[in-house]
Amino acid sequence: MSKDIRIKKGLNISLIGEAEQTTTQHATGGFYAIKPSDFHGITVKLVAKEGAEVKAGEPLFYSKSDERILFPSPVSGKVTEVIRGERRKVLAINIAANATQEFKDFGTKDAASMSAEEVKNHLLASGCWPFVKQRPYDVVANPNQAPKAIFVSAYASAPLAADLDYTLKGKEAELQAALTAVGKLTEGKLHVSVGKSANSPFSNLKGIEIHKVSGPHPIGNVGTQIAQIDPINKGEVVWVITPQDLVVIGELLLTGKFNITRTVALTGSQFRKPHYVTVTAGAKVATIVKGNLDNDNTRIISGNVLSGNHVKEEGFIGYYDNQITAIPEGNDYEFFGWNKPVFNKISTSRALTFSWLTPNKKYDLNTNTNGEHRAFVVTGSYEKVFPLDLYPMQLLKACMYKDLDEMEALGAYEVAPEDFALTEFICVSKQPHQKIIREGLDLMREELG
Amino acid sequence: MGLKQNLHTLKEKYKGTKMAPAFNAIHTFLYLPNEVTHGGTHIKAADDLKRTMNIVIMALLPCLLFGMFNAGYQHYAAIDVAKGITSEFTVLGSFLTMDNFWIGIIKVLPLVIVSYGVGLLVEFIFAVIKGHEVEEGYLVTGMLVPLIVPVDTPLWMLSVAVIFGVVIGKEVFGGTGMNILNPALTIRAFLFFAYPTWMSGDKVWVYDAVNRTGTADAISGETMLGTYAQNQPANYDLWEAFFGFIPGSVGETSAFLILVGAAILIFTKIGSWRIIVSTFIGAAVMGFIFNQIVAADIITSSSKFYGLMNTVWYEHLIIGGLAFGAVFMATDPVTGSQTNKGKWIYGFLIGFISIMIRVFNPAYPEGVFLAILLMNVFAPTIDHYVVQGNVKKRLSRTKVKTA
Repeated sequence: MSKDIRIKKGLNISLIGEAEQTTTQHATGGFYAIKPSDFHGITVKLVAKEGAEVKAGEPLFYSKSDERILFPSPVSGKVTEVIRGERRKVLAINIAANATQEFKDFGTKDAASMSAEEVKNHLLASGCWPFVKQRPYDVVANPNQAPKAIFVSAYASAPLAADLDYTLKGKEAELQAALTAVGKLTEGKLHVSVGKSANSPFSNLKGIEIHKVSGPHPIGNVGTQIAQIDPINKGEVVWVITPQDLVVIGELLLTGKFNITRTVALTGSQFRKPHYVTVTAGAKVATIVKGNLDNDNTRIISGNVLSGNHVKEEGFIGYYDNQITAIPEGNDYEFFGWNKPVFNKISTSRALTFSWLTPNKKYDLNTNTNGEHRAFVVTGSYEKVFPLDLYPMQLLKACMYKDLDEMEALGAYEVAPEDFALTEFICVSKQPHQKIIREGLDLMREELG
Repeated sequence: MGLKQNLHTLKEKYKGTKMAPAFNAIHTFLYLPNEVTHGGTHIKAADDLKRTMNIVIMALLPCLLFGMFNAGYQHYAAIDVAKGITSEFTVLGSFLTMDNFWIGIIKVLPLVIVSYGVGLLVEFIFAVIKGHEVEEGYLVTGMLVPLIVPVDTPLWMLSVAVIFGVVIGKEVFGGTGMNILNPALTIRAFLFFAYPTWMSGDKVWVYDAVNRTGTADAISGETMLGTYAQNQPANYDLWEAFFGFIPGSVGETSAFLILVGAAILIFTKIGSWRIIVSTFIGAAVMGFIFNQIVAADIITSSSKFYGLMNTVWYEHLIIGGLAFGAVFMATDPVTGSQTNKGKWIYGFLIGFISIMIRVFNPAYPEGVFLAILLMNVFAPTIDHYVVQGNVKKRLSRTKVKTA
C-alpha cells in the first residue's frame, strides 16, 4: 500500500561535513533553556517562576490564546532565570538541571483503546501538543480545529540533514504507539513519507498511508509532500508532526514519562568529527559540541543551513531541532568576486559558475551573501527549484505589498517559510524570502484567523 | 591585503553618510562585500546581480567590437562607392583593418563612454539622494544604448536622451527592478521622436555622411530595410546581412554575432530562451503571412507596402534590429513577462508586431523597438492572465471537493 512521489524541481545542496553514523551520549545536567521564539505565534503566560523546582514534563508556561497548550520543561531542575526583552516579552527560560532526572508521571496508556478526545487531552496535559503543528501558517496547531489529514515526513532532504532511518532505528514500538494515538485525531488519513530506497522504521507500521518519495530537496519538506498528496484548500487545515517528536509521544504513552531526548546530528565543515549525539531538547550548545568544534569565525546553526537559527556557542539548541550545523563565517572581501569564475560555490546558473560540472562535489560554503540586497530582477529561476504548483515570485510580492486577497488566491495557505528556503538560497537579488513569507503568513493569521 | 584593509576602513568611515552608496558602488566593484547572512538561509548561491549583468555585457562585447570595425568599413565602402571604385571584399583585407578600427575608436567608443558616463552619473546622483545602493541595471543599459543608435548620433543628443531615459524610464519608478519600460529602448524612443532626422534616412548610418551632404564628396548608406521600404531590390546579399557587413545601428547588423550572444545568454541561463525563440517564431509567422498575401496577388508591386511585404520571412529575421531586439532587449527580465507561459506569448507578440510595424510604417521601417516597448506595457497583463489560470485551478480544486 504505498504510493510513489517523485519531483524534478529542486536542488540538492551537498556540503562537507555529513554526520558519521555513530552516536555518543550527551551527559545530562548542566544548563538548559526553552525559547518561546521556537514556538512561532505563541504568547507566553508563565507558570514556573524564577527559583521554582520543576520535573521533566511539568509545564513552564502556557499559550495565552489557549491555556490548555502547555510547554513543558525538558529536564528536572530549577528555573534559574527568565530572560525578558522589550515590553517584558519572555525570550528564554533558563533551567539548571539536577544530576538525577525526575520525570512527572503521566501514566501509561494503551493508544488503541483511547478515544480521539482522550488522545487530545492527554497530549495537551502532558505538554506534547506543541509537537503538533498546523498548515496553513506553520504554527502550533489549534486543538479546536479538525484536520483533514495528518502528515509525517520521515525523509529528510535538507543539506546535511540527520538520516532519520538511522536516528529512529529501534524506535518502532514508540512510533507505532504514537501513530495509533495521533491517527485518531483526524477523520482523514495519516500520511507518512519515507525515502524510496530507504529502510525506514516506518515501513511495517500499521494504520498509516506510506508514500515513497524521491527527488531533490525539498522533497523531504512536509510542505512539498502535502502539495503532492493532498493540497490544502482555503478553509482546510492539516497537521504536521515530525518523526522525532512522534518518538517522544510514543515514549510518553508507553512509559508515562515526557522524555524529549533526541539523536541530534552534528554536521558541517567546522566539526572535527561530524557525528550523532543523543541530546535533550534545550541543551546548551557548548556542552554538546565540546572538543569537537573549530570555533574560529564559525557560524553555529541550530537546524540546517537553510532554515535553522543562528545560535552562539553559549546558546541553546532549538526545541524542535535534531541537527546542529557549523560552517565558516564569510565575513571577508573577495577581490573581483563578482566577475571571476567560481569553482567553490554552488550556483544554479552557469554564469561563470561551474558547479554544474561537478554535481557530486561536496562544497564548503560559508555565510557570505555573495552579493548585495537588490530589488527582484531575474525571473524564471525560482520556478526551477520550487516544486509547488504556485508562482513563488508573485506570492512573495503579494506578501510584500500585503494584499491579503492576492496572497490567498496565489496559494499562501499551502506554504510555510521553509518552502521558500531554496528560492532564497538561489536568489540573485538576495531577498529574504522566508522572512517575507513568515510576515505574510502572520498578517493573514492576524487578519483572517 | 593593504588595499583591502584601507578600503574596509574607508567603508566603515563613510557608513551612514550621504556618500556611502557612491563609495560602496566603487568598492563592491573591486571586492565582493564582506556581508554575511542573517536570518533566513545561512548560505547563498554564488550568483548576484553584478555577475548576472556582467554575463550580459560579455555577450554584447562581440557585437560592440564588430560594430566598431563595421563603422569604419561602411565609411570607406561608401566613399569607394561614391568614387566609383569597386574592390574585392575579404574579411581580413577590407574589414578587420586598423583603419576601420580607428573609425570605431573615434566614433563608437565615445558613444559608449558618454552613455556610461552620463547614465552612471544620474544613477549615482539618485542613489545618493535616495540613500539606496547603486544598482547594476545600468551596466547593461549603458552598453545597449550605443549599440542601438546610428553611428553618427551627436554625443550631446545621446547625453540628453540618456538622462531622459534613466530618469523617466527608470528612476521615477524606483530604480532597477521597478521600471515598466526598458530604459535602453526608452532612450532610443526619445531619440527617435525628438530628433527624427538623425535617426532615419540614408545618411546617419555611415560615419561622416551627414557632414558631407551637399559637398562633392557626398556619401550615403541606406540600410536594407530602407531599401526595401522604397520598393528597391536589396543592395546586399543574405550572407552579408547575416554576418553584418551592412549599414545599420552600431551593434545590430551582425545576426551571426547576436546569435553567439544569444548562445551565451541561454547557456548561462541568464537570458530566457523562451522569449528569444518565441520572438523569432512570431516574426517568422508574420513575415510568412505577408509573403502569402503577396503570393496571392492581394498586394502587388504597385503598392508602397510591396517591398517589405515581399521580403522572404527568414530575411526579416536577419535584417534590421529584430535579432538584436529579440536577444538583448525582449529578454530584459524586469520589463518582460515574468511567467514561463507569459514569456512565450510575450515573445511571440513582439516578433509578430515588429514585422507588422516594419511593413506598414515605411517612413521608418524599424518596428522592433516600438513593438518591444508596447509589449513591455502589456507584459503585466499577460502575466496577470497566466497567474489567474493558476488561481482558477486552485479554486476549482475546492469545488471538485465540495461537489
